Amino acid sequence: MLGLTKKDSTLLLVVFGLVMLAPFILNPFPEGSAMAQFNAGYPDLMQRFLIFGIFAIGFNLLFGLTGYLSFGHAAFLGVGSYAAIWSMKLVTLNVIPGILLAIAIAGAFSLLVGFVSLRRSGIYFSILTLAFAQMSYALAYSVLTPITGGETGLQIKNTDNPLFGALNPGEIGRANLFGLEMNSSFELNVGNWLFTFNLGYYIAAVFMLIAFYMSIRIFRSPFGMMLRAVKSNQQRMNYTGLTPKRYTLSAFVISGMYAGLAGGLMVAMDTQVGPERMFWTASGEVVIMTILGGAGTLMGPVLGAGFIKYLENIVSKINKDILHEWFAFLPDGLEDVLVTMVYPFVGKGWHLTMGILFMLVVIFLPGGLVEGGQRMAKLFRRNKAADAQDAASKPAE
Amino acid sequence: MAILSVKGVNKRFGGLQALGDVNLDVQENTVHAIIGPNGAGKSTLLNVLVGKLIPDSGSVMFDGQSVLGRKPHEINQMGISRVFQTPEIFGDLNVMENMLIPCFAKRDGAFRMHAIESIRHEKDMIEKAEEMLAEVNMLEKREMQASSMSRGDKRRLEMAMCLVQEPRLLLLDEPTAGMARADTENTIQLLKDIRTKRGITMAIIEHDMNVVFSLAERITVLAQGTPLVEDTPDNIKGHPKVREAYLGEAQV
Repeated sequence: MLGLTKKDSTLLLVVFGLVMLAPFILNPFPEGSAMAQFNAGYPDLMQRFLIFGIFAIGFNLLFGLTGYLSFGHAAFLGVGSYAAIWSMKLVTLNVIPGILLAIAIAGAFSLLVGFVSLRRSGIYFSILTLAFAQMSYALAYSVLTPITGGETGLQIKNTDNPLFGALNPGEIGRANLFGLEMNSSFELNVGNWLFTFNLGYYIAAVFMLIAFYMSIRIFRSPFGMMLRAVKSNQQRMNYTGLTPKRYTLSAFVISGMYAGLAGGLMVAMDTQVGPERMFWTASGEVVIMTILGGAGTLMGPVLGAGFIKYLENIVSKINKDILHEWFAFLPDGLEDVLVTMVYPFVGKGWHLTMGILFMLVVIFLPGGLVEGGQRMAKLFRRNKAADAQDAASKPAE
Repeated sequence: MAILSVKGVNKRFGGLQALGDVNLDVQENTVHAIIGPNGAGKSTLLNVLVGKLIPDSGSVMFDGQSVLGRKPHEINQMGISRVFQTPEIFGDLNVMENMLIPCFAKRDGAFRMHAIESIRHEKDMIEKAEEMLAEVNMLEKREMQASSMSRGDKRRLEMAMCLVQEPRLLLLDEPTAGMARADTENTIQLLKDIRTKRGITMAIIEHDMNVVFSLAERITVLAQGTPLVEDTPDNIKGHPKVREAYLGEAQV
């Protein structure tokens, strides 16, 4: 299918199914139940899963394949966001031109950054990209205030009148796709369950599926093989008549364009942008997502992005009252002790939970969540095979 | 006809004259060995030939074109392949991928953005790689990760990776260094087979006299950065100057 092997087609279909049915899958608990806070099926969070999934897929094309660890990828995401919002402020409130512009500008910027940073490798490359990203952040935060809105960032205001907007004076424009507003949703009530199907989410889903498909194609292409060769042995590449640097730079620009797409989509979903989007912690986050999920694998970055965004949005919502509710069945003294012990790991302490999980994964599953899944599948298969063998070797009585 | 011709090459590292007025012609369709005691300048000469070092003066012509100032990948594309002292292969990739990369490099040049095509559909390249693997008896190892193989197999693979590009000149830097006796014998046999089957021109830098005398058709002896003599293996064996400079240590 679509020029993929059977195995890759299956993977793509599984991802397609999961993404399309996410409003159901992520809302397993009925409204109003104690578990409802673990539901992640609301548009805002689902969009974030997809957008950060795209960001991580692109990052993985660089880091997972060539091994070059960029520590400044958030800069491309930020640049893409600024490009998209200017397109909406000035040209049209349709999201498509904004997203395309975001990809183009982020690609051009990553070409510049990559050209300079790729003069070095290893830690020096990482530091150069980090320096570029922090410079971009500083520029956006203060120096370039007329373009970036400085600390407060940019939003669509009632004074903005895009060229093809056809707005009434004083009306605040809303992002749309050929007239369909991004935040329009269709709600489905089934018993106690409420499922929300949001247009913005499905637009992001289409982009994410294309991004994922392209990533499979790149992984299976001669170009993808060359990128893995860069990671493996640049000396041999040179003496085989190849230029590792040009291959790495291409991968850098492609992953920059993925980041730009993610940035553009962010603006399409929520029409605002601030400089904090380019801060170094944002660059660090995509590194963690990719490694947690499994660098160099197809599914890893998507899983990692989903996992971290889930923790960030769900675990951080748990507060003391909720904990008390959970442990209410225990005697008072014990309840307080348990709540005090668990509390540092939830709410604002979710970083602590994530840090511990990250350490456990890196130490015990260097291949990330994907490796965990593979090991479990292997164990399962072995058990099954052993059972079958047992059954066969035991004589029937 | 000389395919590679080195004229008046000098190279100094600080106070050390690594190469002093080196003149050397490698004739097409011969195996030319360059030998010499430690520190004679063998490695420096090789690094000049592959573009890693630029000499202070002199010229290096390959097939009528200067190689000086060209980068290693350009020199490879001119038709010079190199085998390293410790095999340089793509350890993280499997054997088949190791073979495909030089095939693509030969067909597509130093860079091509073939990011959408699938490797599976490159039937010609796969066939070519398989043929070469069969020639070095490694076809059954095609799915193996390259870094997990024995030293001898890695050497075999590296050789195959060079040969599949059909180079006009194959440079070998101590191809049997650090090998067990059996592996050394295998490598010599492999090189002999390649020589008879493909009639390829080779320049070998080597320490092991056994290897040199069983393979080479011409030998140049380097000492202190200068060629001492150049002759056939039989004449080199008995040459008094060579004994003095080099073979005095070992009985031949």
